[in-house]
Amino acid sequence: MGCSRSNEFWRGFRATIPLVVGAIPFGIIFGALAVNSGLSVGAAAAMSAFVFAGSSQFIAAGLFGGGVGIAVIVLTTLVVNLRHSLYSVTLAPHMKHLPQHWLAPLAFWLTDESFLVVAERYRQPDASPYKHWFFLGSAVFMYVNWNLCTWIGILAGQTLPNPASWGLDFALIVTFIGMVAPTLRNRPVMASALAAGATAIALAGTPNRLGLIAAALIGVAAGMLAARIGGTAATSINVETEMERG
Amino acid sequence: MTSQEIVLVAGMAVVTFLVRWPVLALVSRITLPQVVLDGMKFIPPAVLAAIIAPAMFTPTGALDLRLSNAYLVAGLASGFIAWRTRNLLATIVLGMAIFLGWRWLW
Repeated sequence: MGCSRSNEFWRGFRATIPLVVGAIPFGIIFGALAVNSGLSVGAAAAMSAFVFAGSSQFIAAGLFGGGVGIAVIVLTTLVVNLRHSLYSVTLAPHMKHLPQHWLAPLAFWLTDESFLVVAERYRQPDASPYKHWFFLGSAVFMYVNWNLCTWIGILAGQTLPNPASWGLDFALIVTFIGMVAPTLRNRPVMASALAAGATAIALAGTPNRLGLIAAALIGVAAGMLAARIGGTAATSINVETEMERG
Repeated sequence: MTSQEIVLVAGMAVVTFLVRWPVLALVSRITLPQVVLDGMKFIPPAVLAAIIAPAMFTPTGALDLRLSNAYLVAGLASGFIAWRTRNLLATIVLGMAIFLGWRWLW
């Protein structure tokens, strides 16, 4: 079981279904908000096709609507997406044997959602040589869904006014809460999240969302400091992979 | 698309790919310093908390601790559900239901 390529592909697809449920409203609201914040239809669609990082797209659309400069938006995107480098570090040992024509597309398709299920798959002890097909199944599903939902949102946003009032923007928040809350079980991670959250609230009014960047850096520093004080620096790199899926 | 938008999307695409790909591509050739690995562990909780907290506590820009703030009430409830159940789908579905229900109530 689980040994053929297509078997792994469809397992990855199925494991990603609950995460797609969360991404659907989020993608729709992104498309709607993007065109309502002044981005052209082409730019909104291109962002989902070429950037493919939901939270940063969401924030970028908001900043663009607020007249923020391109350089600041790109810098914010970098900081918001920096967490993907941790996902790469976590997955890399399992993917050493893969050629670049596998690594580059899978890296492009690496999202919070796919990381969650793929890291779980790699942790399973069976010796299936096709676990990257599981990754592919998860990633393609997320990508197709994200782009479809963006288009639905773009079309809806052009006909229905004021998408922010629908309340779907909470979908992003609740997805992130569902990812981060279960990891708050050791002191350094709690310190990191608390420091970042408190800083972000305190700096909520700062222009250009620079408070977000400052909060992220302070959160990382607080986590490292807490780990040093508590002597638990060796806690494993499994942030947000311990989640069960529904 | 305007040329400004092309620069924006291209810039975002490049920086995003550059945080996702190099580590995967170079892992057999480089070893990251321990301090970098230690710090990286805290990027997801820090960045996610920095996105979540203002969205919950300052949904309109100013601090809002009233019960009528559905983002705060549903956010706290979702956090509790996620922490207890570790079930992401249940958290998303229940959290959205609580959020929409709470907004309708007030």
